[in-house]
Amino acid sequence: MVDFGGWDMPIQYTSGIRAEHLAVRAGVGVFDLSHMGRLYLRGPDALKLVQWLATNDAGRLANGRAQYSLVCGHRGQILDDIIVYNLGDELLLVVNASNRLKILAWIDDQRAGPLAGANVTVDDQTFDTVMIGFQGPESERLLQGLVSGPLDTLRYYTSVKSTVARRDALVARTGYTGEDGFEIIVDARNGPEIWDMLLEERLGVQPVPAALGARDTLRLEAGMPLYGHEIDEDANPFEAGLGRVVKLGKGEFAGSKALAEIAEQGVERKLIAFELTAGGVPRQGYPILDGESAVGQVTSGNVSPSLGTPIGMAYVPTRLVEPGTEIAVEIRGKAVPARVTTLPFYAHKTKKIAPSRTA
Amino acid sequence: MDPTDRRYTPEHEWVKLEGDVAVVGITHFAQDQLGDVVYVELPKVGERVEAMKPFGVVESVKTASDLFAPIGGTIAEVNGQLESEPQLVNDAPYEGGWMIKIQPDDPAEIDNLLSAEQYADQVAGSP
Repeated sequence: MVDFGGWDMPIQYTSGIRAEHLAVRAGVGVFDLSHMGRLYLRGPDALKLVQWLATNDAGRLANGRAQYSLVCGHRGQILDDIIVYNLGDELLLVVNASNRLKILAWIDDQRAGPLAGANVTVDDQTFDTVMIGFQGPESERLLQGLVSGPLDTLRYYTSVKSTVARRDALVARTGYTGEDGFEIIVDARNGPEIWDMLLEERLGVQPVPAALGARDTLRLEAGMPLYGHEIDEDANPFEAGLGRVVKLGKGEFAGSKALAEIAEQGVERKLIAFELTAGGVPRQGYPILDGESAVGQVTSGNVSPSLGTPIGMAYVPTRLVEPGTEIAVEIRGKAVPARVTTLPFYAHKTKKIAPSRTA
Repeated sequence: MDPTDRRYTPEHEWVKLEGDVAVVGITHFAQDQLGDVVYVELPKVGERVEAMKPFGVVESVKTASDLFAPIGGTIAEVNGQLESEPQLVNDAPYEGGWMIKIQPDDPAEIDNLLSAEQYADQVAGSP
């Protein structure tokens, strides 16, 4: 067990990181995500709060849809990456465990300043609910047996208020693995029972409990950033490749002036994907070498359990970002050759459904 | 119980005399703690190793860990199979997952190391 944002969490369950990882790629893995912060915003100004707080345009978020977004500080630095769910009568922000208190304090600051008088309540339900990931190519088929209402028409980044095992649940088709899958939020009192039911063998498939280790290798293969690795308060969205979720045209928001300046000036470094072309394991903090000189740092790396090859993400100067560029990673004093490649390492298998005309 | 035909270090390596060379690997406990081994960095044949000094690195998905030479000597052979099949360290730590063979400076050094029983006591006492 390790401390993860103040929560005691396992790195792996009994089967090991690799087996848990491959179970998610081939069948179903079940993740305890209860550490993620769950903040419900209610009241007439809930949308106004999110629009000020987060960089993406929540004004375009239809009822039932979800959106990846960033919370940035006044210098444009990344305070957190979040998912905003429009639940109709309320908005839900899912924030990182390690940033939950920081974001709550940041919201208080905004309400004492630019959002003074906003009519909105912030209800932190992190300790009153549990969140469980049910991820993998078999997830829809297995979960359908426990959920009321059809799952095959639930689009990626969409949620529905439903039931799991006859208990009220929010069922969202979101995840952090690059596979099709679901994230489920239920009352904490029903959490252990639903966790056990989700782990029961169904339709000949045995779901496997998967912990932080597999969560990290899965999201790395999928090219998804992790706060504290690819993004932090020293990074801005444009160098992290997240400019697509910064909607400068939506009106002023926290950090928008600084972000507009950064967008105008351009960035000096960028996040890239690389693969080692010789043996070794790249890890966070290892220097990136261009010839003899250290020019950047690895943000995440491992041997990909799906591909069997050493992969990673790193910040490098913009002159080195072209796929195919030869670089090196310094591992224990030795330069190990590497090549810049494209993200993701593992093509996403998330659910593709054409939007229905009624949606 | 770990095999009684060899000796152990407090750093979780085993060493076994086969003729006049000493075969070295890591213990079942060590591979279990490391989890899935994905890379093993080994010295080259002919290099010198010193007792209780690092001779290589074993890397799992979780972490990287130094490997310590149980005795001093010269590298006589390395397990090249680990380059393509590092998971042998997990699957067969006492057999196919061996790492190096040392031509010992003094084979009697091995007698100063832990017996299987002493090693088991140490593991039982560790957190």
